[in-house]
Amino acid sequence: MSDMLEVKDLEVSYGKIKAVKGISFTVGQGEVVSLIGTNGAGKTTTLRTISGLLRPTKGSITFKGQRIDQTPAHEIVTLGLAHSPEGRRIFPQMTVEENLLLGAFTRSDGEIGKDLQAAYDLFPILGERSKQPAGTFSGGEQQMLAMGRAMMSRPQLLMLDEPSMGLSPLMMKRIMSTIKTLQEQGTTILLVEQNAQAALRLANHGYVLEVGKIVLTGTGRELLTSDEVRKAYLGED
Amino acid sequence: METFLQQLINGLTLGSLYALIAVGYTVVYGIVQLINFAHGEVFMIGAFGALATYLLLFQGQTALWILPIMIIGAMVAAVGTAVAMERVAYRPLRNAPRLAPLITAIGISVFLQEFIRLFFDKIPGTNFPSAKAKIPFPQIDVVTGKAFSPLAGVQIQRAAVFTIAMMALSALGLWYFINKTKTGRGMQAVSQDPDTARLMGINVDRIIVAAFAVGAALAGIAGVAQGLQITNINFKMGFIAGLKAFTAAVLGGIGNIQGAVIGGLVLGMAEAMITQYTGMLPDPFGQFGGSSWKDVWAFALLIIVLVFRPQGLLGAKVVDRA
Repeated sequence: MSDMLEVKDLEVSYGKIKAVKGISFTVGQGEVVSLIGTNGAGKTTTLRTISGLLRPTKGSITFKGQRIDQTPAHEIVTLGLAHSPEGRRIFPQMTVEENLLLGAFTRSDGEIGKDLQAAYDLFPILGERSKQPAGTFSGGEQQMLAMGRAMMSRPQLLMLDEPSMGLSPLMMKRIMSTIKTLQEQGTTILLVEQNAQAALRLANHGYVLEVGKIVLTGTGRELLTSDEVRKAYLGED
Repeated sequence: METFLQQLINGLTLGSLYALIAVGYTVVYGIVQLINFAHGEVFMIGAFGALATYLLLFQGQTALWILPIMIIGAMVAAVGTAVAMERVAYRPLRNAPRLAPLITAIGISVFLQEFIRLFFDKIPGTNFPSAKAKIPFPQIDVVTGKAFSPLAGVQIQRAAVFTIAMMALSALGLWYFINKTKTGRGMQAVSQDPDTARLMGINVDRIIVAAFAVGAALAGIAGVAQGLQITNINFKMGFIAGLKAFTAAVLGGIGNIQGAVIGGLVLGMAEAMITQYTGMLPDPFGQFGGSSWKDVWAFALLIIVLVFRPQGLLGAKVVDRA
């Protein structure tokens, strides 16, 4: 498997505070890679830097063989990298359909309507409520919308930041199985989660982040069965 | 009754002018949370742009078909000025503390006024009159001239009809732009959540330029309307008009486009009515009421709104549903 995304020695700071302290990892084509870790470990900062919202102070980010660490965020989207941000960040005053169409903002091909239908097929509830303002939706529905919106740019790599946050166990299962479906349909996925168990079950590879550093890496299965992860993240002793 | 109708028309005319300018304050605020205090000067430069177009191409003529070309001239001058000030003065301050762009705005405002005052007659290749004094604005067939009088005691100036019609047309155009075009949808997205808008592939810099340009285009139209109404223009005309339009934008709810239009109309109407009817109150000092007090009423209204309904009449929503 060739590497779709390569992050090398990445450092990101907020003023004088280093949030990410030199991490390196790769995401191979067709994989699901999970970054897990507690609050403040630097997971969200890492994703926001990859998608161009933040600039690294050191290190490089290479996507499909091209350096993107100085590329503006709005251009990174057009390269095939979509980011569904933490907290879903849907546009609350717009309808479901308008939200989805904004996901296709950079496209001008004739297949946007087709992809809109594909999003409705993936999440039928979105189709039923396509004209409703997205702000009236529940957390799970907003998460579906955020994922559907990210898919509207036809990404090769989809980055999901805490898709399970605040969801009921049932809804979480639904989201996780959708991630599996998207992988089977050929989308590479970089998943950031606090819910280590769910994230590692899906993952081909996993990385454990602690205060800005990668402390552990392995296949999803290896990490799930490792003592350190079980103790620190799965609440077992 | 005639007096009331007359003031209704005056208020509507004045309000339309305020509304056309107020949109510029509110759109820019909705996108970058900046009060562009130089927007009044954009309006003034619009008027001078229309005048320059006339003097260069049509001097001495009065045919109606000249007017659309003058409007285009006004819009080009106003949009050019607004886009340039965004690029040169505001963009470098995008991440500065809020006070910096605010002071810059006042600086630009003074600069533009003085620039026109000192240099309007020195533009190479032209022989424009000096802007140190008022300059007569071209009179155009149909839109200037004898007022209509549908009722005895009620006068409707032709330029007033023009102003109200342009306001209505602009409001429709703006609605279409915000809701139906890609750039308009991008503007809504940026005003709701700039970071997420960037993740959608929206170029925020370009949206900000579009916001300045849209506001300036309407201010340019307002500049022509004002010139036709007052029949002359001067380098200071943007100051009080800008301040009133800003008041209108706050009155309607800053950041809310619909609010700016409604706020403009309400302010214009209130100014006309209060000016008319306070003249009837007892006045022991002989100083009270009349048109010299009209600015007092406008700003008193602003203070009342800020105290009792600081979010404005329609609520300070983001740019959404124009």
